[in-house]
Amino acid sequence: MPRSSKIFRYVSKRLLQGIPIIIAIIVINFFLLNLAEGDAVDVLAGEAGSATPEYMEQLRKKFGLDQPLPVQLAVYLKNVLVLDLGYSFRHEMAVQDLIFDRFAATALLMTSTIILAVGFGILLGLMAAMRLNTWKDAVITVFALITYATPLFWVGLMMIVVFSLYLGWFPTSGMENVAAFYEGWDRVVDIAHHLVLPTITLSLFYLALYTRMMRASMLEQYGQDYVVTARAKGLTERRITFVHVLRNALLPVVTMAGVQVGALIGGSVIVESVFAWPGLGMLAFESLFARDLNLLLGIFLLSSILVVVVNLVVDIIYCFLDPRIDVE
Amino acid sequence: MSTPLLSISDLSILLPDGADRRHAVAEVAMKLHAGETVCIVGESGSGKSLTARAIMGLLPAPHVRVGSGVIDFGGEDLTKVDYERLRNIRGSEISMIFQEPMTALNPVMTIGDQIDEIFRFHVSMPPEERQKRALGLLEDVNLPDPPRIMAAYPHELSGGQRQRSMIAMALALGPKILIADEPTTALDVTTQAQILQLIKDMQRRLGTGVLFITHDFGVVADIADRVIVMQEGLIVESGKSTQVLNKPKHKYTKSLIAAIPRLKPRKARKRSKEVVVETSALHKSFGGGRSFFGFGKNAHAIDAVSDVNIELRKGETLGVVGESGSGKSTLARCIIRLIDSDTGMVKLNGVDITSLKRNEMRQHRKFIQMVFQDPFASLNPRSKVGDIISQGPMLQGIEKTKAHQRARELLDVVGLDSKAFDRFPHEFSGGQRQRIGIARALALDPDILVADEPVSALDVSIQAQILGLLDQIRKEMDLSMLFITHDLRVAAQVCDFVAVMQKGHVVEVGATNKLFTQPQHEYTKSLLEAVPGKDWHFA
Repeated sequence: MPRSSKIFRYVSKRLLQGIPIIIAIIVINFFLLNLAEGDAVDVLAGEAGSATPEYMEQLRKKFGLDQPLPVQLAVYLKNVLVLDLGYSFRHEMAVQDLIFDRFAATALLMTSTIILAVGFGILLGLMAAMRLNTWKDAVITVFALITYATPLFWVGLMMIVVFSLYLGWFPTSGMENVAAFYEGWDRVVDIAHHLVLPTITLSLFYLALYTRMMRASMLEQYGQDYVVTARAKGLTERRITFVHVLRNALLPVVTMAGVQVGALIGGSVIVESVFAWPGLGMLAFESLFARDLNLLLGIFLLSSILVVVVNLVVDIIYCFLDPRIDVE
Repeated sequence: MSTPLLSISDLSILLPDGADRRHAVAEVAMKLHAGETVCIVGESGSGKSLTARAIMGLLPAPHVRVGSGVIDFGGEDLTKVDYERLRNIRGSEISMIFQEPMTALNPVMTIGDQIDEIFRFHVSMPPEERQKRALGLLEDVNLPDPPRIMAAYPHELSGGQRQRSMIAMALALGPKILIADEPTTALDVTTQAQILQLIKDMQRRLGTGVLFITHDFGVVADIADRVIVMQEGLIVESGKSTQVLNKPKHKYTKSLIAAIPRLKPRKARKRSKEVVVETSALHKSFGGGRSFFGFGKNAHAIDAVSDVNIELRKGETLGVVGESGSGKSTLARCIIRLIDSDTGMVKLNGVDITSLKRNEMRQHRKFIQMVFQDPFASLNPRSKVGDIISQGPMLQGIEKTKAHQRARELLDVVGLDSKAFDRFPHEFSGGQRQRIGIARALALDPDILVADEPVSALDVSIQAQILGLLDQIRKEMDLSMLFITHDLRVAAQVCDFVAVMQKGHVVEVGATNKLFTQPQHEYTKSLLEAVPGKDWHFA
């Protein structure tokens, strides 16, 4: 069987395997969230001020919160099957509409962050390894060490202080200038302008991580026997670095990047709060305090699907990078 | 005689400051002529590999570098030429093959691409021409189906095929000199014989001068025209191979040659009637991946051990020989129940241990102990030697002071100072560590010792000492021994009986002297035929 059709079979198998994983995640999340004290009605009633127990009872009945937990779970699972993620009492909107709207913003932030972190991480690590023990290596290593050790929220705040307030180069918050009613390319440029600071903030930590990993990985590969063979064949150092060593050195970095996409969603909560970026992270943060469990469950579901899919994509990239991976 | 291709004079290679000696090699002088094979022999640390690398300018700079001397290659001094010229010479005029063809090839590049690079960086040729040349090369080194090999990655080939590809690559531009650094050490004995033959054939066709680095005098006897013996960075003896092999002058050469196990089987001894280990219809397979959610049949299962019936009697040594992947180590691990067999029986002193539970098995463990191959990996680096040895007895319920006392005695038995008790494994050499491993196995006073390639990782002189020690212990303690080895010379020297394994099956069992003189099975014959230096009858 040719490798391409093997990969196709592998992908469909992995997608099938993803289904029970996602169902398990839904069930666990459902019970975890219900372990927390209080529900949406408590919060609504608390905000309204003078709610009678009868009125709260009535609200619970309306939302279906008076049913036993297993029944609520069964109803939720049934609804998920037809892509109905429920209704957010807080936002008075269907959950799916709400999260798909916000997901676009988060996806944009995540994609630009990954590209920046992985791309520049590989580049800097490569440069440091090629110029080992020179001032360039030292500068890159120290830069990586400092950014690695700096907390995310602090970087975000400092970015705002320096680049928005002091220098005035970038906007302080939001995803676009709503009041300006930009359309077409103007709007794209506006969003890109807003994207710069959150992306840099979120990617710095990962950038440092990948730089260090790439440098170490390159140095390890330089010590391998096949590099001696390549030298003995009379290849140039350029060829050895960019063709032989680079591809082998990339493997652990790609693995790590795949694993960390999940962590990135977590990191985006902080960055989205600092920059008021209208994404999933911020939505999750708000809905947690509003006890908006339907919305939270929806966000968790989307994140888990995202992690499953991204891991699959990484594994497929890996198949092409490393022929030793058996796709049976 | 004609002018030599390569002439090295007064070469010294410096080690970094703080190393245990100043020079890796010193005062090395040698010549290599066209069509000639010169072997450099020596034990690990003798500087033979560094000498070879210095010729190619492949020393691990900046720590290790040439100190003085001249490497004259056709009028040029290779220690002085500039980088560009050196790069031009590498791969086209002098090329090199290495010990481990798996790691010496780039794992993520096809064989075709790796051969193609040689042409691209040394001659200008249209792609179709390069492709044709590469296919021709693969055919020259007798690889089946060259187009398939071109598209294959190194892990898709066998060890022998990989080394053939390496040779094809090295000979691509018809170099004047081929440097072979232990090219057959990682290969099975039958594959080794084929690769040596291939190097000989190619040399005859192209008139290449071959500089062959090895630790194996058997290989030297098979291929060398001239021999250089190195010890601790110095050449102690050199000359025509017949002369060095048969009339060695230097005492180091003499001791090395004396340490090589003779291919003469040991005399048969009287056989005891008491059977201590017996396997019947033993079977073990390793499955490939399970299918979706564990449903369906277990695909790609490999039978590592299949229908094996052997018996070991009291006081005798039973050798299990075979090539890599033949299942000999798996068999040993099934017998001491490090892994569970699938079906069949293993009887230890008459008790079937395959069905015993974990805690029931514990009381039988003291009867059978194992010595492992790799003396570096098989001792816990964070434990003191004394603790390593006395841990087993203490687990069996022996008092700590007594166990420590016994450990000190055992260190003495295996020929180590009792001061070793408080040291860590990394403070010892390979041979000493293997002695510790033996002491550890003996600590429980076992009846049976299972030795899995106990001397394969050791230099030949150390190997002789360890084999001597094992033999002496076997006699003194009346042990029975199951001895796993790939080396027929070793088997001939230590075993009373030999079982030959191939692809999980025992194809032939017999008394050593009978099996070596009148092999019945085709596979046994081919193994014996392939032993390096079998025609060399040294004094």
